[in-house]
Amino acid sequence: MSSDTAGGSPFENVGDDVDRKRTIGKIFVAICFASTLVGIVALVALIADVLYESWGWLSFDFLTYPPSRFAENYLPTGRGAGIYPALIGSILLIALTAVFTMFLGVGAAIYLEEYAPETKLTAFIEANIANLAGVPSIVYGLLGLAMFVRAFQLGTSLIAAALTLTLLILPIVIVSSQEALRAVPDSQRQAAYGLGANKWEVTRDVVLPRAMPGIMTGTILSLSRAIGETAPIIMVGAATSMFVPPVKTTAGVPYPDLFGPFAAMPMQIFDWARLPQAEFQHIAAAGIVVLLSVLLFMNATAIYIRNRYETR
Amino acid sequence: MSSIDLTSETNSTSHRTSVAVRWVFFGCAFITVLTTLGIIAVLVNGAVNFFFGASVIDRLTGDAWFQQVTFTEFFTGTEWSPIIGDRSYGVLPLLWGTMMIVVGSAIVALPVGTATAIYLSEYADPRVRRTIKPTLEVLAGIPTIVYGFFAISFITPILQRFFPETGTFNAAAGAIVVGIMIIPMVSSLSEDAMSAVPDHLRNAAYGLGATKYEVSTQVVVPAAVSGITAAFILAISRAIGETMAVTLAAGMQPNITMNPFAEIQTMTAYMVQIGTGDVSVGSIGYQSLFAVGITLFAMTLAMNLLSLWVRERYQEEYR
Repeated sequence: MSSDTAGGSPFENVGDDVDRKRTIGKIFVAICFASTLVGIVALVALIADVLYESWGWLSFDFLTYPPSRFAENYLPTGRGAGIYPALIGSILLIALTAVFTMFLGVGAAIYLEEYAPETKLTAFIEANIANLAGVPSIVYGLLGLAMFVRAFQLGTSLIAAALTLTLLILPIVIVSSQEALRAVPDSQRQAAYGLGANKWEVTRDVVLPRAMPGIMTGTILSLSRAIGETAPIIMVGAATSMFVPPVKTTAGVPYPDLFGPFAAMPMQIFDWARLPQAEFQHIAAAGIVVLLSVLLFMNATAIYIRNRYETR
Repeated sequence: MSSIDLTSETNSTSHRTSVAVRWVFFGCAFITVLTTLGIIAVLVNGAVNFFFGASVIDRLTGDAWFQQVTFTEFFTGTEWSPIIGDRSYGVLPLLWGTMMIVVGSAIVALPVGTATAIYLSEYADPRVRRTIKPTLEVLAGIPTIVYGFFAISFITPILQRFFPETGTFNAAAGAIVVGIMIIPMVSSLSEDAMSAVPDHLRNAAYGLGATKYEVSTQVVVPAAVSGITAAFILAISRAIGETMAVTLAAGMQPNITMNPFAEIQTMTAYMVQIGTGDVSVGSIGYQSLFAVGITLFAMTLAMNLLSLWVRERYQEEYR
């Protein structure tokens, strides 16, 4: 190495010592690699911790019995206690949220991608969606509390919670649906226009069917985020000690009780985790295993849909 | 557009449907604007209730304004106990709690996340990247309540082994777990910024005799600094709004302390405390939710806008 690079070169202060540079480089890679491992080790530790804590407390009865105040009832040898009302509550909550978000999210995405003129209003709506995605979930909880629970008089009900969660995940659903719509090639739209179809017909018969797998994947992934959300449903007022799922029966046909109180899994887990008795830590862990299993199932479904239709 | 006009002349029913459908879709998109307006209205109205003891409308139509809580007390008071004992409404202890979590989690997540991004973007071969990236994304998808449980059942016991003075609830465990939670956010956004740096910059530096380490730290990172900064700000904003993990791990005790092993309470944890307690609607405890909520909202909104501004203002355009 000649010394005539001295002066303007940004690398002068590192010096010409190649061996030293190599050592520094190796140390740097080692540090970066170790940092990468931090996240992965944390994930492994988290999952191992949850499984270890729940060991021996998770049985089939845990899925089919209501919660109990006495820890020994949760043991496989006990009288039976578990997460049943919260599990059913969460599933109904997510199903209801899915209905609302599919309609609103896809509608909004279609408007923004297919219909919206390039005006200031459209730009504002898009910027606003980006900003909404950064609002903490507990603030949505306050919105749900003041608006759906109090102002609209829905009370602490399944429907109030579902509407709150819908608003919470709507920005993510809209953005992912927009991406799916954008991926539909323009030539297909032009071909349909050429056959005399109008905008709505093109959207309904050409664009939507092609974008559907992408939309479904994004929506399911967003819903899997909603099912673990705790803060908003706490503010809306999810019950901590519900012994029956929010289901009513008319003439033997069960249907969800949209306007009644409900329990949900994250709330139930929070309730167990903050109890001082050590046994309830294990029960909370068992609840987390159930929650993560549902989450895993939803994500697997989303990935299956993506891979199934990706190649077409 | 002309093709639509052609069909509309021959088939006016389908044209009308098309117009109606357009408005329905616009309505769906406009819901997001209404959501923002709703959040602001709810927070402002609740905060006015807290400070002035009646809603905006009551105040405008009714008696003279009087303040039940002064702004000076709220923003500079060092005692927060709005529901029990001698009432006092200084939000500083809650802000302090939030700041402890933010600083602690930043110490964990910013260096680790940036180093992860450098490794993934500059060093890892594509196969390794394809396995590591989705794994880190799993970390981002785990519900925050699970992180809270992880903190009290795993991190706190470890801390107690090394620092016996650590309480059951402590700021350190909360900060560490929030740090872990925001690593994927820092690493993936920073990596996007680093990957966007064009290869000819790297090759130019190699041509000058730079080593890979020099290229990474003196070319790629400076070129991607706007994206990295934006990622940092977003991650911090996320830490400010983080709720369940800090509620479970850091506790429910408003406290201005420098001791990371003491119990604290963040703004979000206070809101959970009120949300799960028996506070009657209309009481000052209920109203204080919104005063704390609007403070939180203002902070995160400011951070998000700042992040956007940094990215747009300082982004390098490469062609």
